[in-house]
Amino acid sequence: MSFDEGYTTADGRTIGKPVMKVDNITLRFGGVTAISDISFDIREGEIRAIIGPNGAGKTSMLNVINGFYHAQEGQITFKGETRSRMRPYMAAKSGISRTFQNVALFTGMSTLDNIMAGRQLKMHKNFLWQMLRYGPAMEEEIEHRRAVEEIIDFLEIEHIRRTPVGQLPYGLQKRVELGRALAAEPSLLLLDEPMAGMNVEEKEDMSRFILDVNDQFGTTITLIEHDMGVVMDIADRVVVLDYGRKIADGVPSEVQKNQAVIDAYLGVPH
Amino acid sequence: MNENASPAGKLDTIPRLLARNAREFGDKPASREKEFGIWQSWTWGEVAEEVNALALGLLAIGVKEGDHIAVIGRNRPALYWSMVAAQTAGAVPVPLYQDAVADEMAYVLDHCSARFVIAENQEQVDKVLEVHDQLQGLEQIIYLEPRGLRKYDHTTLHAYKDIQAEGRAAQERLEPVLAKRLAKQDYDTTCVMLYTSGTTGKPKGVVLSNRNIVESAKSSSEFDSLSSSDSVLAYLPMAWVGDFIFSIGQCFWTGFCVSCPESPETMQNDLREIGPTYFFAPPRFFEGVLTAVMIRMEDGSALKRRMFHYFLAHAKKVGPDLLDGKPVGLGDRLRYQLGRALVYGPLKNRLGMTRVRTGYTAGEAIGPEIFEFYRSLGINLKQLYGQTEASVYVTIQPDGEVRNDTVGIPAPGVEIRIDDDGEVHYRSPGVFVEYYKNPESTKSTKDKDGWVATGDAGYIEEGTGHLKIIDRAKDVGKMADGSLFAPKYVENKLKFYPNVLEAVLFGVNSERCVAFINIDLAAVGNWAERNNVGYGSYQELAGHPRVLDAIQEHIEEVNVSLADDPMLNGCQIHRFLILHKELDPDDGEMTRTRKVRRRIVDDKYADLIKALNEGATEISTVTEVTYEDGRKGSISADLVIRDAKVFPRKAKAA
Repeated sequence: MSFDEGYTTADGRTIGKPVMKVDNITLRFGGVTAISDISFDIREGEIRAIIGPNGAGKTSMLNVINGFYHAQEGQITFKGETRSRMRPYMAAKSGISRTFQNVALFTGMSTLDNIMAGRQLKMHKNFLWQMLRYGPAMEEEIEHRRAVEEIIDFLEIEHIRRTPVGQLPYGLQKRVELGRALAAEPSLLLLDEPMAGMNVEEKEDMSRFILDVNDQFGTTITLIEHDMGVVMDIADRVVVLDYGRKIADGVPSEVQKNQAVIDAYLGVPH
Repeated sequence: MNENASPAGKLDTIPRLLARNAREFGDKPASREKEFGIWQSWTWGEVAEEVNALALGLLAIGVKEGDHIAVIGRNRPALYWSMVAAQTAGAVPVPLYQDAVADEMAYVLDHCSARFVIAENQEQVDKVLEVHDQLQGLEQIIYLEPRGLRKYDHTTLHAYKDIQAEGRAAQERLEPVLAKRLAKQDYDTTCVMLYTSGTTGKPKGVVLSNRNIVESAKSSSEFDSLSSSDSVLAYLPMAWVGDFIFSIGQCFWTGFCVSCPESPETMQNDLREIGPTYFFAPPRFFEGVLTAVMIRMEDGSALKRRMFHYFLAHAKKVGPDLLDGKPVGLGDRLRYQLGRALVYGPLKNRLGMTRVRTGYTAGEAIGPEIFEFYRSLGINLKQLYGQTEASVYVTIQPDGEVRNDTVGIPAPGVEIRIDDDGEVHYRSPGVFVEYYKNPESTKSTKDKDGWVATGDAGYIEEGTGHLKIIDRAKDVGKMADGSLFAPKYVENKLKFYPNVLEAVLFGVNSERCVAFINIDLAAVGNWAERNNVGYGSYQELAGHPRVLDAIQEHIEEVNVSLADDPMLNGCQIHRFLILHKELDPDDGEMTRTRKVRRRIVDDKYADLIKALNEGATEISTVTEVTYEDGRKGSISADLVIRDAKVFPRKAKAA
């Protein structure tokens, strides 16, 4: 299958042109090469999965995309702009949001406030106005609160609106984190193991949320996931990494049959 | 709009009541729902318009008179309007339990040959689509929440808003048709069809006429002087007769406002914000709230704890008497007032019960301590006894005659008699028309004079005229030695302990009584945390020796109290085990209203019952479980069986 000019997914969605291109990225920590010479693209409107065994370099890859790590070689093109070094805040400004493998929320703050924090980049009134909570700042706050309430409704977390997130079970914290990422209205959403540590029903819920985000907001999603079942169910295309190299790239059904992938997951006799 | 169709002043159907309300209370709120964190409300005038638009839309897509329209979802104003719109269009609404799995839905949808379904969201639409092939009659599905449904094939699927828009567009053409259909309706037209939860066998469709619903709503509203200024929170399943009477019958009769929670999980908080004046909940709800309060109090500071327990003890002493208007000494009154300021008031506010004028509990027996707790706080909690077949009301407790061991006197318009076997029969204007497509059951339940057999054994107390219910007539049996076996009575005693969520007793034709116990995860989990008992799952906690010890203690206490009862001392529990999973409606072990289905439990756990009876001390078992999405799995467990101490008959309490 050729993906050069966009394609149509199994469930009939039309996927557009690449929104991000990753070209020949190599990332080293001292003498250790975490990622070597990886290239792939992420297309508008698709759900792109990055999978691979432990230590394959998945999270490093996400960190490079998001500007947290800087690759020694190669370049990333996002929305037509090529950068070899990008800072996380620049990534955020250009429309990339993410969640983390180990939930990184403000534990003392409520769900509402955490998601509100995700709107930070969209708030423009100056500090003084905001302190006064008056006039234009108040209007702005109301507008953002509406956006946040829509996310709360979307993720079905009304019941924990006022609960400090530190008190929430893990599965819900993951959902709040997704909410915060959505609050920035990203065009590319990066999810680092959104279903780690969840039971079957929680995984199903989360899968549904991811599909609904993609469907409702048209958000392009890139996710790292361990659970092969989930990946096969929701991803349109999959990149497989092993020891920092790309070993396969394609639609789930193809990747699943790829001998190199099977070997990487099940191991081969040495 | 509907007035033209209504003969002068006759209030005999729900649509006519709606027209009256729109006329008289046009600007008053009729429905409320919390959405995006804010309470949205609709006046009676707006509701009438919404209902009318939907009814026209239903005509536009071909709803015929007498069609069944299934309504599936949680309590939401638009779904209540859907039911009334169905009636307006001459169809019969059939609300379904929203947590039912697809197969259960298939049975009901097929049985009532529903041509149309109005579903809340994608989840419900998916379930209906899953079984669509098995249903010949089903034609169109209407959904409320468009989320996730955008890409579905829309040839037979419609958005609620679109149907309303279609109705509004075709108003001129269809309004006369609607008016004609409305004019034809009277007291004997079917108002709604409700499926019984079915503790035994398949659910039955209970056909209730306008007479049943309107008369029941009218007399019960008068009984408790409900008015348009009352306020309720609708959170009980829409498929349950109680919810239909409260949220549609009484609401439309009196014109009060029904509020719907934001989501099932926010119910407690929404309750507090709405502060209903009239409230109804099953005992399980009151138990749950009390358990939660007690757990929270344990985490409070020492001063608060002492204050709480001191005033609660005082409330227990004088609270119920104050509520019943009995004489109470001045000192006690003053202390109660102080308690109200410091404890009862804030607590009631927390529970959302500050404004409750009348509260009811029904469906199951309620524990005396639980009942007293609420009454002592000054909440007028009462019991009633009812059935779907009676449009709820059989007996009811009047103010000032509230007791926890009876279910009250016959409700207005209800006659009661006890037959020779001790089974309770009643006759009233609320008595159902028939079971749909089931003349045999109709005949065996309702005789030609309109008397209905309840299936419950009970007696009328001498002097007071209060009805006492002993047990399901079917479940009462004899043990091997001929003594009476009344499982419910004993199970209720056990369930009154916060640690025990559910108990099932076995003993018909055997020498000894044995029991299954389900622990309450909230209560026992909290205890475990407090006592450094580690556990990873329900199953692990249920099997913990110290949990077994605690349950054994409860059982032995129950045995002591049973030993003093000359009629039931044969029901002392000799042996018990704690089940490794909670009994669950998804597995068919309980009804959707959370009543144990004995026959299914008997079959499913035959190995465990055998082990209990044969004296084994341990048993390994594998149990099939059903997940929420209908998939099956299984869990295996090793269960410990314990002996409990039993006490000689007529023994003094230990």
